Amino acid sequence: MAAVAAFAGWLLRLRAAGADGPWRRLCGAGLSRGFLQSASAYGAAAQRRQVAHFTFQPDPEPVEYGQTQKMNLFQAVTSALDNSLAKDPTAVIFGEDVAFGGVFRCTVGLRDKYGKDRVFNTPLCEQGIVGFGIGIAVTGATAIAEIQFADYIFPAFDQIVNEAAKYRYRSGDLFNCGSLTIRSPWGCVGHGALYHSQSPEAFFAHCPGIKVVVPRSPFQAKGLLLSCIEDKNPCIFFEPKILYRAAVEQVPVEPYNIPLSQAEVIQEGSDVTLVAWGTQVHVIREVAAMAQEKLGVSCEVIDLRTILPWDVDTVCKSVIKTGRLLVSHEAPLTGGFASEISSTVQADPLECRGSLRPSREGA
Amino acid sequence: MKGQPLSRRGEGRISEGWSAKMAMAVAVAVARVWRPSRGLGRTGLPLLRLLGARGLARFHPHRWQQQQHFSSLDDKPQFPGASAEFIDKLEFIQPNVISGIPIYRVMDRQGQIINPSEDPHLPQEKVLKFYKSMTLLNTMDRILYESQRQGRISFYMTNYGEEGTHVGSAAALDDTDLVFGQYREAGVLMYRDYPLELFMAQCYGNVSDLGKGRQMPVHYGCRERHFVTISSPLATQIPQAVGAAYAAKRANANRVVICYFGEGAASEGDAHAGFNFAATLECPIIFFCRNNGYAISTPTSEQYRGDGIAARGPGYGILSIRVDGNDVFAVYNATKEARRRAVAENQPFLIEAMTYRIGHHSTSDDSSAYRSVDEVNYWDKQDHPISRLRHHLQSRGWWDDEQEKAWRKQSRKKMSGPSSFISEEGYWVPASEVCLRPCTYSKCSVMEAFEQAERKLKPNPSLIFSDVYQEMPAQLRKQQESLARHLQTYGEHYPLDHFEK
Repeated sequence: MAAVAAFAGWLLRLRAAGADGPWRRLCGAGLSRGFLQSASAYGAAAQRRQVAHFTFQPDPEPVEYGQTQKMNLFQAVTSALDNSLAKDPTAVIFGEDVAFGGVFRCTVGLRDKYGKDRVFNTPLCEQGIVGFGIGIAVTGATAIAEIQFADYIFPAFDQIVNEAAKYRYRSGDLFNCGSLTIRSPWGCVGHGALYHSQSPEAFFAHCPGIKVVVPRSPFQAKGLLLSCIEDKNPCIFFEPKILYRAAVEQVPVEPYNIPLSQAEVIQEGSDVTLVAWGTQVHVIREVAAMAQEKLGVSCEVIDLRTILPWDVDTVCKSVIKTGRLLVSHEAPLTGGFASEISSTVQADPLECRGSLRPSREGA
Repeated sequence: MKGQPLSRRGEGRISEGWSAKMAMAVAVAVARVWRPSRGLGRTGLPLLRLLGARGLARFHPHRWQQQQHFSSLDDKPQFPGASAEFIDKLEFIQPNVISGIPIYRVMDRQGQIINPSEDPHLPQEKVLKFYKSMTLLNTMDRILYESQRQGRISFYMTNYGEEGTHVGSAAALDDTDLVFGQYREAGVLMYRDYPLELFMAQCYGNVSDLGKGRQMPVHYGCRERHFVTISSPLATQIPQAVGAAYAAKRANANRVVICYFGEGAASEGDAHAGFNFAATLECPIIFFCRNNGYAISTPTSEQYRGDGIAARGPGYGILSIRVDGNDVFAVYNATKEARRRAVAENQPFLIEAMTYRIGHHSTSDDSSAYRSVDEVNYWDKQDHPISRLRHHLQSRGWWDDEQEKAWRKQSRKKMSGPSSFISEEGYWVPASEVCLRPCTYSKCSVMEAFEQAERKLKPNPSLIFSDVYQEMPAQLRKQQESLARHLQTYGEHYPLDHFEK
């Protein structure tokens, strides 16, 4: 007993010393021997792991959609999926590891609730997952596919770009796969390195026929995901993985929709327009606050929300007002989606202005 | 790094609560102290369960429990990944390509039934429909190939030599069974009475084309006949067909999905994906591989080293068969049985139909560059699905030379009456009005359909922008308006007279 107590005490001290790295390895492997000394023994060189900083900024509790519940982003996704499967008997969810709840817990409880024919694992094959999903959607049933990380969506690129995006067009509207939605964890998480951090929205932005959506928060995620699922076009819904746990908000329990292709002006300003999507929205909100405080600059902050088709009117209207635009995203700079936004806004000021004229009917 | 088991699955598990981890570590330590040598032991297990820490389930302590009591005499493999016995002799399994999976056939090359119990005993009318579909397809192929050579259409792919695979399989399906094709399955549509006018319309890309003139020729599609529109990328239809079959199963539709592809497309990753998904998800699907010997210029010896495509089926857990694709009854029997069982048992079937591509790959290909004329002539003269069926029909007294002459003339001749379902002005007629009208071959002919198709206008250029999405987004509308303004100013430089206003 004394040995056990001493051992437990040692474990506690190890934790208190803040040696996160060795602590995690210890726990993960269930080793009972701690052969690693506490961090302080190594001196200042062994630092606590540094990660990039941002602060999630929740939106005020929504009042117009009924009762709300505190949810983080993955719970908001689960709630949206739950609502979808309840409302639409043809809806199915599939992908790698979704049956037990998913590696990010987005599908917890759904298999038990809706059955193994509706929430099921597929073999480890992204091109198969998306192709299979297209086939389900062709019959008119609702297909909700999960790609485990956006970094692994590339094997499915052919199915998405050459098939899903073009199904309606190439068949003259005889066939379509509009009831397909692809969900995928997206963006930086801090330690993800090359293959658990990517933001591939720019690749898909170049592909007419699909919609690409990135939410910034649990409330946005549920409403946008429901809109994607109900949208009559194939949609890709990227979920910022760092927000799965870090973002907590009051989210309505009942289903509700946030419209696609509508950017949101989160904060009005007069000197510069800041545009971002996903996690970066919170970063630029902080930037806006800092700019106001330190430079006296009034920033208009826009969350783009839908990357394709994007809301040119809202951005243009804002830039016409402020005269300056800054777009910030995680993905690589060259060919990143900021280039599309800035080139559209700058290409022809009249064109940008022209986008605000009432649209003419017909050609 | 690739291959590391944890590299793709680390994320969700790393951020577990630390208290659960500590409880687990303490429990493990406790168990080890009490029973240092033999894993957790009998006391360790209930202790772990008591603590109920979440990560414990992943430890599978009961497996350690089992392995504690082993005996060297009775030792069977416990691996979850395979159900097999141990062997103590080092031996590689030899792939059997010398005498591969045998080829099922019903008729010999002269059209005689070999084993009477395999005769499907189809009524005369049905077998005549087989024959007329195959020959009409052949006639249409010859005319459209020629029309491409004359510059009238841009491109064409013939079906020479493979008519038996199309018609035999199509005849074994229900009319509502969904078809996903590759590009050389026009006979399936022909068997389902797709009008010649619409084949031509698609090849000409004129206003009558249901596809609105957007794709290259031979990319047919028909919703009413449950034939999904063809796309150029190869094998992409295979996992899609599996998804459609899964949805049909869920809907209790009693339908099968059939998915056609060539032996070349079977090399694509999508084919592997499709087979594996169909087997693991228990889908009512028939995979129909047309093994015609070539993928453009690539012979099968350069496409695969195993025993064709049929031998891959068992590797996925799929019931498989190889048939003589030039024997329409063999194709019919195999497809019929596969359909019955796929629907009844919710499992996939793989049929590899051996045949030969008599024509070039397409009008962009000249196959004399990579194969001999003698080889092609052998198949054309000695083992052709149409002649084998004709010999069979003749031996039964269901067909003769007189009827053959008359039918050939009929299928080519000019029509006597008007074809009233394509309006004279050339306006695009909705699919519901065109598709459902039955096509009686005695009244319409390939030549007449061809001439009509030639005269029609192309669709309005504004249709370039519609159907990209269900609704037209603002950016596309702007682009559409921009093109319209451009054509208003510079229209004289474009052949606008050929396009519908």
